Amino acid sequence: MNIWQIIIFSLVKIFIILNIMLLTVSYLVYFERRISAWAQNRLGPNRVGWEGVLQPFADVLKLLLKEDIVPERADKRIHALAPMIALFVAFTTYAVIPFGPTISLFGFNVPLVVADINMGILYVLALTSIGVYALTLAGWSSGSKYSLLGGIRSSAQMISYEISMGFSIGGVLLFAESLRPLAIVESQGAWMWNAWIQPIGFITFVVSAFAETNRLPFDLPEAEPELVGGFHTEYSSMKFAGFFLAEYANMIIASAMITTLYLGGYHIPFVNLEAIGITGTFAVILQVLAFCIKIALLLFFFIWVRWSLPRFRYDQLMNLGWKVMFPLSLLNLIWVAVLIIVFKL
Amino acid sequence: MVVKRRKKDLTFWERIYIPEIIKALMLTLRTMFKPKFTMQYPEERFVPPSSYRGRPVLVLDQTGDERCVACGLCSRVCPALAIEVQAGETDKEKERYPEKFEINMLRCIFCGFCEEVCPEEAIVMSKDYELAFTNREDAIYGKDKLLVPVNQLKDRIEFLRRYK
Repeated sequence: MNIWQIIIFSLVKIFIILNIMLLTVSYLVYFERRISAWAQNRLGPNRVGWEGVLQPFADVLKLLLKEDIVPERADKRIHALAPMIALFVAFTTYAVIPFGPTISLFGFNVPLVVADINMGILYVLALTSIGVYALTLAGWSSGSKYSLLGGIRSSAQMISYEISMGFSIGGVLLFAESLRPLAIVESQGAWMWNAWIQPIGFITFVVSAFAETNRLPFDLPEAEPELVGGFHTEYSSMKFAGFFLAEYANMIIASAMITTLYLGGYHIPFVNLEAIGITGTFAVILQVLAFCIKIALLLFFFIWVRWSLPRFRYDQLMNLGWKVMFPLSLLNLIWVAVLIIVFKL
Repeated sequence: MVVKRRKKDLTFWERIYIPEIIKALMLTLRTMFKPKFTMQYPEERFVPPSSYRGRPVLVLDQTGDERCVACGLCSRVCPALAIEVQAGETDKEKERYPEKFEINMLRCIFCGFCEEVCPEEAIVMSKDYELAFTNREDAIYGKDKLLVPVNQLKDRIEFLRRYK
């Protein structure tokens, strides 16, 4: 492939993925509202279109028509920059996550990932660290004490949980011996999922992912009862929508990361496709579907947890992060190392 | 010394936290499939019990006359001063009738004192709760809106006779 072909293929992949992401994000909001309603014996939005399926579009339209209010004491440039950072991080992280195996298209070998780079996991970690700036800057530039408290909390929380997240990933990397997401997926195969091999690492990673995406039990940056709205108290209209979309896009990325690192990526569990004679395009479609279903189940889990568990207190959050999750992820690292030495995996 | 276990002292399994989380998740999952209590308003409407105090109305008897004799007790007892009555004379047996009977629905607090004080069972609280106006003039209900045939109010009158 020459450089132009690579660019064209990448642009097409970016276009498709971005559209799917935006659509999924808007429907994620809809499902969050429906599922929360069901969990509380309510019905949820079911008026716009059949069973409310057009609700996301109504929501976006409403947000577009809202007045954009910037507080007088806000730092206007940074105030506008913060939601952009949030959105940028949320949508660029997806570039390295593989959603299917390498396929041949028009005589080329096309990997089903936007950028098949050899340090993909590092790229994800780096970008999620930038994501902290979005919340912190949003809280700091708003000129409101509630926002500031939310911003400070978010930076403290995300930095603390990034450590256990990094160490949990360490276990996966030891097995895969690569930072390339495709190689990590391939190393797991159809059933040797990292979730079975290193369950402690799986749990610490999932918990850290919840903390990184600011989902309840760990949504202290926007704890409504104590901080009004946290870092986005002073945001309105499309700037608020930016944070809102970024939060849900981050959920998708967290699910995709969990799937890639621990749940075998696009592999169909316990089924060897080649052994039962399914190959070619149909196999690829099945594998992409398997990936989507895994992500959908994880997203449901995210929402489900949100409406089941109460929020942590700030000191409890820090205790859990530093005194429980951090040692556990280290323990997991040792466990994986022992496994590798004993079984020569 | 016996160490008393207090409610906040958690057992080992409770401190591990994960079994408790799973319990919570199972509870919400079960709730998701339970029947819902939401009433889909414009299609389904709430029918209140007879003890419900909705909009106060004047009783229109089967003869086509209002029962009210314009004694003015309701207007006198009304704590929000929502009722205005002007009496007029009539040749019928009851001798007096309300020439003008107005209830300002913006003032009415639905206390039901008017119904309680009425000697003729002429003003009762109906089951009507859909009260919406677009301006203040519309909120003043005259006799045209207040008079309701007695057979629509049987529930409430029965209730009043039994429990008042």
